[in-house]
Amino acid sequence: MALLTLSSPHAKGPQRTSTMMRWVIAMTLPGLFMQTLFFGWGNLHNVLWCTLVAIACEAAVLKLRKRPIGFFLNDYSAVVTAVLLGIALPPFAPWWVSLVATSFAIIFAKHIYGGMGYNPFNPAMVGYALVLVSFPVAMTTNWATPLPLLEQPASLLDTLNIIWGQIPITDALTGATPLDTYKHEIAHSLSDTVLENPIFGAGFSLGWEWVNLAFLAGGLVLLALKVIPWQTPVGLLVGLAIPSLLLGSDADQTAPLVIHLLSGATMLAAFFIATDPVSSCTTTRGRLIYGFGIGLLTYIIRAYGSYPDAIAFSVLLMNFAAPLIDVYTQPRTYGYVDAKRGSKAKEKN
Amino acid sequence: MSASIKGKLINTRTLSDFHGGIHPNEMKSLSNLTPITKAAIPPKLILPLQQHIGKASQVIVEVGQHVLKGEKLADADGMISVALHAPTSGVIDNILDHPIAHPSGQTDLCIILTPDGKDEWCELDACEHYEHLSVIKIQSKVREAGVAGMGGAGFPTEVKLHPPHHDKVATLILNAVECEPYITADDRLMRERASEVVQGMEIMAYALQPGECLIGIEDNKPEAITALREAVKDTRIEICVIPTKYPSGGEKQLIKILTDKEVPSGKIPADIGVMCQNVGTAAAIYRAVRFGEPLISRVTTLTGEGIQQRGNVEVLLGTPIDWLLSQYGYQAEKTERLIMGGPMMGFTLNHANTPIVKTTNCILAPSANDLPLPPPAQACIRCGLCAEACPATLLPQQLYWFSRAQEYDKAEHHNLLDCIECGACSYVCPSSIPLVQYYRHAKGEIKQLKQDQQKSDQARERFEARQFRLEREQAEKDAKRKARAEAAAKAQAAKKAAEAAQPADVNQKTDSESPITDPVDTKKASIQAALERSQAKKSVQAIEIEVPDLDALKTAWDKTQSKLEKMHDALDNAKENNPEQVEKLTRAVEKNQMRVNQAKQAWEKASASQSLEAQPSIVPEAEKAPAPDIDALKTTFEKSLAKLEKMQDALNNAQPEQVEKLTRAVDKNKVRVQSAEQALKDAKQSIQDGEL
Amino acid sequence: MSVIVTAILALLGLAAVFGALLGFAAIRFKVEGNPIVDEIDGLLPQTQCGQCGHPGCRPYAESIADGGDINKCPPGGEATIQALAELLDVEATPLDSEHGEEIPKQVAVIREPECIGCTKCIQACPIDAILGSAKHMHTVIASECTGCDLCVEPCPVDCIDMVPVDQGLGAWHWSSPKDPKIIATDKIGSTVEGASLS
Repeated sequence: MALLTLSSPHAKGPQRTSTMMRWVIAMTLPGLFMQTLFFGWGNLHNVLWCTLVAIACEAAVLKLRKRPIGFFLNDYSAVVTAVLLGIALPPFAPWWVSLVATSFAIIFAKHIYGGMGYNPFNPAMVGYALVLVSFPVAMTTNWATPLPLLEQPASLLDTLNIIWGQIPITDALTGATPLDTYKHEIAHSLSDTVLENPIFGAGFSLGWEWVNLAFLAGGLVLLALKVIPWQTPVGLLVGLAIPSLLLGSDADQTAPLVIHLLSGATMLAAFFIATDPVSSCTTTRGRLIYGFGIGLLTYIIRAYGSYPDAIAFSVLLMNFAAPLIDVYTQPRTYGYVDAKRGSKAKEKN
Repeated sequence: MSASIKGKLINTRTLSDFHGGIHPNEMKSLSNLTPITKAAIPPKLILPLQQHIGKASQVIVEVGQHVLKGEKLADADGMISVALHAPTSGVIDNILDHPIAHPSGQTDLCIILTPDGKDEWCELDACEHYEHLSVIKIQSKVREAGVAGMGGAGFPTEVKLHPPHHDKVATLILNAVECEPYITADDRLMRERASEVVQGMEIMAYALQPGECLIGIEDNKPEAITALREAVKDTRIEICVIPTKYPSGGEKQLIKILTDKEVPSGKIPADIGVMCQNVGTAAAIYRAVRFGEPLISRVTTLTGEGIQQRGNVEVLLGTPIDWLLSQYGYQAEKTERLIMGGPMMGFTLNHANTPIVKTTNCILAPSANDLPLPPPAQACIRCGLCAEACPATLLPQQLYWFSRAQEYDKAEHHNLLDCIECGACSYVCPSSIPLVQYYRHAKGEIKQLKQDQQKSDQARERFEARQFRLEREQAEKDAKRKARAEAAAKAQAAKKAAEAAQPADVNQKTDSESPITDPVDTKKASIQAALERSQAKKSVQAIEIEVPDLDALKTAWDKTQSKLEKMHDALDNAKENNPEQVEKLTRAVEKNQMRVNQAKQAWEKASASQSLEAQPSIVPEAEKAPAPDIDALKTTFEKSLAKLEKMQDALNNAQPEQVEKLTRAVDKNKVRVQSAEQALKDAKQSIQDGEL
Repeated sequence: MSVIVTAILALLGLAAVFGALLGFAAIRFKVEGNPIVDEIDGLLPQTQCGQCGHPGCRPYAESIADGGDINKCPPGGEATIQALAELLDVEATPLDSEHGEEIPKQVAVIREPECIGCTKCIQACPIDAILGSAKHMHTVIASECTGCDLCVEPCPVDCIDMVPVDQGLGAWHWSSPKDPKIIATDKIGSTVEGASLS
């Protein structure tokens, strides 16, 4: 009788990579809903368009690499990248910006490094950073004005026409983001004056706070489901909050804490972008440091840099540091007095 | 578990916890609802000699011998080993290599016993009160009974009844955790034979005199806890109920939970004053001491949907698993695997014809419903769930990358060797990567590499020692030769100075007094003597004399002949390099020529008389010893030279595409020839030394 | 003028600071490297068999250190070539079959009744792993034998056999899960990673 020979363990827990990915996608939906509610159809369109591009690119590269296409598409990692890009890009970003960002993310940031599990950098952020530095105009002038401030919001058809370049975008539909506005206006006026701008709504950021709160809610569900670890988001939020409390307590100099936390892509970054396991740290303490680093860098760039938001650059910079952090934050193994540090190879040299 | 029972399980002891751990489906109720049944005697018992850790037992019975139940079949071999006994009365059918329960599916030496059906006990050494026995007596009883750890590892129990050197056992722990899903053998054993278990533990405590006695048990076994509570009344044993979590039953994890101590890496629990024993082992110790019964059967869980009558059976060691399963409604079509042990750490069997052994706590026949086959592995996404689950606080995903890339030094640096292979990481891995298999492979490779390294270091040491010895011998010879040459030169110079006018024949005389003469003369004399001896013997033992004697003479002749040749060579050599020695050597050559002639004569004489032969050992040992040396070297030299020539011929005739290959071969052989030549020269030199 | 002076001074200052830093690093992080020959020798299997064409492992190590081929050691096989390639940071080349094939570990065994006690094998053994004296039976110390087979040829009565070492259960260990290069295939169920039908 032929019996199957397998190594133990023979029991298998319920968690699957594709399930985790699907949960991540599902938990972006509340935020996406809020985006649509406050900023129109742009992001929803972008998510779908990016997903289409991502799947096409993924399939094409897998075919070139002679890998089983169905098996790898099934892990949903390409879709996650696409969804994050679609959410992060400006609502009225032209179609080709999304195309470049997504295809670069999938082909270069992911598959050139060996595909899923091997990419040292967060693919979505690589794509985002690429278009941010390559097409600065398209990436700064296409943010939508919150719908409550518009007399006539863009219809779905108008949105499509704008994105696909059929009609030029009207100035009324677009406007600077709250972070951008605050950054530029605080230089020559007091915070009270700046906050009078209707895009800050009740003192935070109109629309943005609901989007951020929705992402926070989705993120908390992921935490509860143990799809993402708690250390990264906590580290990130703390890393953002501490300097903003210490250095930015003067609202006449830099944006106050609430705006940092509830505007821009803060919550999306904390729960959905920085938690990308492949490119982040893997040790428990390492994740705290990694998250903290992203938060800190985000604050520094937001406060002192030339960009209004800085999630993409902060995440990429910390991706560089992740392996090193891992090496120095190994846990203390059972039966050892101290944790080991550094790598063997390093000791040798 | 109802709230009322849980209320009763409150501990008096503060428990610690270990990092990680998982909560797989327990599936214990599949098999723990029915009492332990007794399996029948199978038609054939297969008893592997290695059912434990350590050296295999040594057979002390013969094929065809009739043995009684409990009779010893194999003896412990050394300290870390246990004896093996006949599980029932019968005849030793065979002793052969048979497939055993091992993940490799390999065979090992087994005793095959055909039961006679009478199940007749041999005489047993029962003992009512273990307190009357000395500790040594108890240890020897346990050893004689062949008890080995029954939790899975199979470490000889007797060894663990010796307190560690210069140290007291602070804590004796009875491991009743049984954290693996499906397995309920210990659970049922404790429910039904709690007093045996407790008394076994008391015997251990008597031998070890520990500071405290603890029983660690998971809170998912309320009935067993109740039974134990009843049994430990009036003893000093404390029952510690611990929360259900896999792998709390791991020795190191249990020690951490109960004592908050950690076993240092690379050490054993005894090093920190803790001794852990399994429930089944305690019961076996009790039976061994109280009734003198050796370990011949054990309680094994038969479970999984592939078996109809699931439950626990007391089964004779050596019972073939296929036969056992057939007794309990095995449905082969329902299951693709048979697992010995639990679903987390058990191993799959290659064949069902392997036997139950001392460590078999469970036979699991899972259906696809119980344990679905793992889906294909996906890429590691470094989610870190494995690190959260790891009870040894390792970084499994790092170990995985290192193991896969065969970067074993890095894996070791990340403490791969502290992995207990509990499987928690693979269990939680969302990408279904067979992590444990990677670690097992890497560990095996590391062990192999270390062994190889050790072996090669040893070889290098021996090689260098040999080189050193050869060099030293050479140096000593050189020094001696130099000293002699100088002495001779001085003497000659002195004589020349003193008797400048003396004719050449005086010189010759001086030379004949030089050291060469003596050994040669002695040898000559001894050959003469040997010849005379043989002549004398010839007349006495005419009948006995045979051809080999002739051969011996021939050999002697050949040897002297070859020696002579060597001397010729040496002479040639000297002519080039050492003119002042030429004369001496010439004389030495002449002397040897004489010896050759003598030897030749001896042989001719001997062969002429055909049937009348000389006895061997004509040539004294002293002369003979170096001869084969030279011969061997010369042969090697000649052989390699011939080879080289052949190759060169081949090279000359070779096809262009083969030239390169051949050239290399020729070069290689040239080296060989050179080394052979060198060796030959060296040896010649040494001969020459002997002669000078 | 003062600009130039400032620039020069600044550069000098920088040079001094970095020089001091580098000097400190050179001392603080000094690497006590093994001589390369020792390291190479440490990777060779030390069979001293001479199959590489060098009289022993160390001479071969020396030749490698001088830039010789790393694929001439059959007893070490692919594993040794890999290790050498990694150490020397060169490309691993397949074993040069000119020097022999990689074969399972062997050990020399003397058929003792046939041994005539000639001591030739003793002299051939590079690591003194054969015991015996003239006209007495010889035997191989199996635990020391490296399986170099140098003793086989000199034996005048051909009583030395090279037998594969019985690795036994103790040396068995799990194989690596199959084909780590390709993570998985589309044929779900047909090839489970690491699974094999026996």
